[in-house]
Amino acid sequence: MLVFGAWEIAGRIPISLAFPTFGETVAALLALIADGSLIKAYASTLQPLLIGIAVSAVVGVAAGVGMGLSRSLEWLALPIFIILQAAPLAAIIPLITYIYGIGLTAKSLAVILLATPVVVMNAYKGIRNTDPSLIAMGRSFLGTRTQQILKIMIPHARGLIFAGLRLGLAMGFVGVVVAELLITPTGIGDLITYHGSVANYAEMYASIVSIVALAAVTIGALERVERRLFRATGAAA
Amino acid sequence: MDGKIIVDVKGVSKTYEGGVEALQDVHLAVPPGRLTTFLGPSGCGKTTLLKIIAGLIEPTAGDVLVKGRRISGPGPERAFVFQDFALLPWANVLRNVAFGLELRGMPVPERHAVARTYIAEVGLAGFEESYPSQLSGGMRQRVGLARALAVDADILLMDEPFSSVDEQTRRKFQEDLLALLGHQRKTVIFVTHSIEEAVYLSDRIVLLSRRPGKVSRVIESNIDRSGSPDDIRRDRNYLDAVDEIWRTLKAYLP
Repeated sequence: MLVFGAWEIAGRIPISLAFPTFGETVAALLALIADGSLIKAYASTLQPLLIGIAVSAVVGVAAGVGMGLSRSLEWLALPIFIILQAAPLAAIIPLITYIYGIGLTAKSLAVILLATPVVVMNAYKGIRNTDPSLIAMGRSFLGTRTQQILKIMIPHARGLIFAGLRLGLAMGFVGVVVAELLITPTGIGDLITYHGSVANYAEMYASIVSIVALAAVTIGALERVERRLFRATGAAA
Repeated sequence: MDGKIIVDVKGVSKTYEGGVEALQDVHLAVPPGRLTTFLGPSGCGKTTLLKIIAGLIEPTAGDVLVKGRRISGPGPERAFVFQDFALLPWANVLRNVAFGLELRGMPVPERHAVARTYIAEVGLAGFEESYPSQLSGGMRQRVGLARALAVDADILLMDEPFSSVDEQTRRKFQEDLLALLGHQRKTVIFVTHSIEEAVYLSDRIVLLSRRPGKVSRVIESNIDRSGSPDDIRRDRNYLDAVDEIWRTLKAYLP
């Protein structure tokens, strides 16, 4: 409320011609929803986002768990993910465009490149940092390697794995917007660029607010799913 | 191989990577059905020796025979109680106690029935649905003990089980352990650095020397255990044994 109030006042002063008031932004948001352009934009933005996030989650958790379990896989893959995590995406995007063009593949790939490393690193650390005493306990009670992985290591790592998925989801949103702004303006990236270029600043801000809100809501929902899942399997504390 | 020895340690040495020599040519025979303690100063390798007997650590040289057979890893006739409890934090008491049976593939109704029996044995009835984080240190170790009892191994290996438990809880736990073992007929090997604990719990105390650990003496004390716990602690033989061990161990201190 305080933020919105401050925004309204700042917009009225005004601090910049390109800075609409809160009220104007809300009105623009409603208008964008009403004329269907926001819905159309998301229909195209969500495609690379969902594909990218799904691939990142599956590949990322699998790769991270694998690296946590196998020293040779760790040796092979860890440097790649550390480099990917450090690399600035904006610098890689021209390369992606050069190889994969400007379509859905390139945009999904941008999401994957941004989201996967953090998912991988968290799953990897979760598995690698399993309490050695729990592993000894599993061995002393004659657990097999498979039981050790399924009943001790993965449950032990799941907090970190979920934290990685949440961060990966956030990175995925960053990835898709960057891709839509830098590769070709489509979806929400197109709305932002278009309204910015024709000085419809209220509409531009409404688009930005909508994607930020969507990201926040999705991440919050994932957190809720995580909490429900943990309670169901009995992790109270 | 006579029937009087259940665990036979033959010339076991252990040198860790980096050259730390933890154990040097340890020979030791453990009789069945009794409680034997390994006692010695910190870093004398007593936990290493216990973990070698458990099959959790490979000795650099030498063999361990359990019931006459050379071991190459953990086995169903041995169960371990961990110093840091080693409970699954995401599992409740019932599942933790049943975990050894779960790993052996016992079906849920049977393993839960067994677990409930031992939860009651260690005095935790009513806490089946609690999680380790909701229990005190002493109660957590009772869960660890129940888990080890539930797999019905002949040999119980206990690694400083009371070291992270406060003094009062520890005394109560010691008394309960003796009462429990009175009708369980298990062979127990118990590692501790507390002289009083060793003498109170066992009548066979293996003293280990400073690193590299060797068996320096085996003390058999003859304490009358028919009386109450407080009588035992005032028993002449008890006090003599504590004194004698202290004099031996003092020689190893720097």
